[in-house]
Amino acid sequence: MKRFAGLLDQLVFTPSRNGKLRLIQDYARRAPDPDRGYAVAALTGALAFARAKPALVRGLAEQRVDPVLFRWSYDFVGDLAETVALSWPGPAAAVVAPPPRLGDVVARLERAGRSEIPALLAAWLDALDATGRWALLKLITGSLRVGVSAGLVRAALAEIGKVEAAQVQEVWHALAPPYEALFAWLEGRGERPSVATGLGFRPMMLAQALDEAELAALDPSAYRAEWKWDGIRIQLAGAGGRLCLYSRTGDEIARSFPDLVEPLAAAGPLEAVLDGELLVARAGTGDRLEPAPFSELQQRLNRKTVTAAMMRDRPVFIRAYDLLFEGAQDLRDLPFDERRRRLEHWIRRRMPPRIDLSPAVAFAHWDELAALRAEARACGVEGLMLKRGDSPYVAGRPKGPWFKWKRGPLVVDAVLMYAQRGHGKRSSYYSDYTFGCWRPIADGTGADGTGRELVPVGKAYFGFTDLELVQLDKFVREHTIDRFGPVRVVEPSLVLEIACDGVQRSTRHKSGVAMRFPRIHRLRWDKPAEEADEVATLEKAIEAN
Amino acid sequence: MSDFHASDGPPRHWLQPRPEGLWCAPGRFFIDPARPVDRAVITHGHSDHARPGNRAVLATEGTLAIMRARLGDGAGGSLEPVAYGERRRIGEVDVTLLPAGHVLGSAQVRLDWRGAVAVVSGDYKRRLDATCAPFEPARCDVFVTEATFGLPVFRHPPDTEEVGRLLHSLRVFPERSHVVGVYALGKCQRVAALLRQAGYDRPIYVHGALAAMCDVYRAHGVDLGELRLATAARPSELKGEIVLAPPSALADRWARRLSDPVAAMASGWMRVRQRARQRQVELPLVISDHADWDELLATIRDVDAPEVWVTHGREEALIHAISAQGRRARALSLVGFEEEGQ
Repeated sequence: MKRFAGLLDQLVFTPSRNGKLRLIQDYARRAPDPDRGYAVAALTGALAFARAKPALVRGLAEQRVDPVLFRWSYDFVGDLAETVALSWPGPAAAVVAPPPRLGDVVARLERAGRSEIPALLAAWLDALDATGRWALLKLITGSLRVGVSAGLVRAALAEIGKVEAAQVQEVWHALAPPYEALFAWLEGRGERPSVATGLGFRPMMLAQALDEAELAALDPSAYRAEWKWDGIRIQLAGAGGRLCLYSRTGDEIARSFPDLVEPLAAAGPLEAVLDGELLVARAGTGDRLEPAPFSELQQRLNRKTVTAAMMRDRPVFIRAYDLLFEGAQDLRDLPFDERRRRLEHWIRRRMPPRIDLSPAVAFAHWDELAALRAEARACGVEGLMLKRGDSPYVAGRPKGPWFKWKRGPLVVDAVLMYAQRGHGKRSSYYSDYTFGCWRPIADGTGADGTGRELVPVGKAYFGFTDLELVQLDKFVREHTIDRFGPVRVVEPSLVLEIACDGVQRSTRHKSGVAMRFPRIHRLRWDKPAEEADEVATLEKAIEAN
Repeated sequence: MSDFHASDGPPRHWLQPRPEGLWCAPGRFFIDPARPVDRAVITHGHSDHARPGNRAVLATEGTLAIMRARLGDGAGGSLEPVAYGERRRIGEVDVTLLPAGHVLGSAQVRLDWRGAVAVVSGDYKRRLDATCAPFEPARCDVFVTEATFGLPVFRHPPDTEEVGRLLHSLRVFPERSHVVGVYALGKCQRVAALLRQAGYDRPIYVHGALAAMCDVYRAHGVDLGELRLATAARPSELKGEIVLAPPSALADRWARRLSDPVAAMASGWMRVRQRARQRQVELPLVISDHADWDELLATIRDVDAPEVWVTHGREEALIHAISAQGRRARALSLVGFEEEGQ
């Protein structure tokens, strides 16, 4: 438990992906089986056992810590698990058990009934140090929150075995915690685990961003075009009468979408692996499935429980664009055109509920396609996909066979309002910027008598060059008018041209809008702040969706 | 200065907080005064305790050396060194300085007047520290304690473990500079000494603002191994090295000479994650020169004072816990302002 606790502790404080990768690798190389396997399972959310509620944890603490002191401590620290971990006074009994191993903790919790949890937890808290107690409480309340995705963990493990992350991903779903066979393979002590079942996740083929300058060199007749749908990439695998739905990183997400999976399962065995986009269907379009904006889909993502209202108001469907397996036959080595033919045929024949076909976009010349792309925003799509007709389906992001050609970004002029320091290489630079747009003040007044105020509309920390970063940092330091903790309030005088992929309505932001994927496009040293855009400009962009 | 007429009585009659500092009436001196006075007894060299401009200063040789290095001529009119344990009479009071274990030269002030004994601890800690003499508990009638970490969430882990985490991070990120934010007096030298104890024998790079205090420590026989000025080093030279710097330096342009630095910070406040996150610390090291919660309470038991005055920090929680030990506890700031007999 001590090593695992140390790992979680470091992950919490390490902002960079590369840093996290290294920490996970270092841990997995040193920790023994089965502890490291359970640690991997904890990080990827693959553990299932009876959780302890915060109220139980608090109750335990108040039996050991003076309630007055506990309350003051909680006020000071602000996080329950951390307050309990830090203020736990050490063992009540004279004889203390040695600190538990992570493997033992998980094994015991998997068997334990709810009523046994308080006694187990108290005994472990007695035996662990403060960081160990904190990690245990995070584990047992089910809220690790260390900023690590399953994909990142798999990438770290792949590095240990000097194999491609895709290879780890492919065997992942044939395995279960504590993944001893996986470690044996990665360390050269065992065979690669077999992926016998047809339900496993197949690493996805990804597209390169298109550099428009290269377009002229490409032969339009070799490529097929489709719309790039604004949903999430999924893989649907059916075998032996069972179904799995995977996200692009190979996480199983079927549980979140019963409105999709249940009708599909009821329609008979699927026996195929499909590649496609998960989308929310716009209401009131009858049998025709029409995608709603991404913001609608977002309401359905990362939910543990799904309500009937959610499924009614935001029903999901799959828009299919590739067929990887038909029955037991692996189609991935076939050319795209052949897979596409089979996909069309398969859908026509099976008529699966809540699945439709991503239509091909016909074109003869690149100019023609460019014109279609220019209209893309109106269609509620993200742009176009180009796929070579002769391309086999290969894992990863090969250069050449597939391109994504996103629609042009939205660009707005916003005013720099706040700045914060970055991390690592940027820790001495103010490199994280919050910017705002103008909005009329309800009562028509305003500090400067203009009747307008700036409200934050987004944050960005990339898009600028190293030289521009130096200039921005200097500007922030010389124009700071106030500070709140690590945040500097900057005199509102610098206009930043911000590019983004779209605008959504947001109840969380004061401005009522949220930008997707905002980045700093240009620094407008020349432009007076009063001439920056108004929030209304962004609101118009919402309507365009 | 007011005259003093009390014939005897408990320390609250003759030891009281005043705007200038803690006033010992029968000795006519202040302890750690906040503004210049005629006569001062100084517990240790940190700038919130040792201020410039007093006419006569009594302190340990270590503290006086630190004051001379920091304040130059401002250190005081006459500087009188006194050894730990050596008794000096000032006015009518017997004054003895006892080691406080906080930083080099740090002392508790033991005041003995007509059989009543008060000990003003200044800042202190109980763990062993190779860079200063260990705290000596002394029985007394009134103990004046700090309460910087006066909440039960503050229990400092063993310092060897914390330094172990720094060395572990160096192994995982051997190409990154590890900058440890440290206070110039005490923490800097302690972290260096802990690294040496852990067997770390590479040069340790220090920010220019820390060099003068390191020299004072060395002159007092504290071995810190090879120190180099980070300011004079080429950026490539600092890759994978440990650099000690004032906490503010990492946010400063100064830090740009470092290659993709890991921001560490050595402080008792690092125990609380949110504090560390706020300061954008990547590697918080819980190393403190103040007593933690358990040490505060253990010290109260060791000196066995029936009455404790609490200052500097979270007074109310510590007062609550001392009262639970069956002792009388109050905030130092209120001493002398309360009704008699309560």
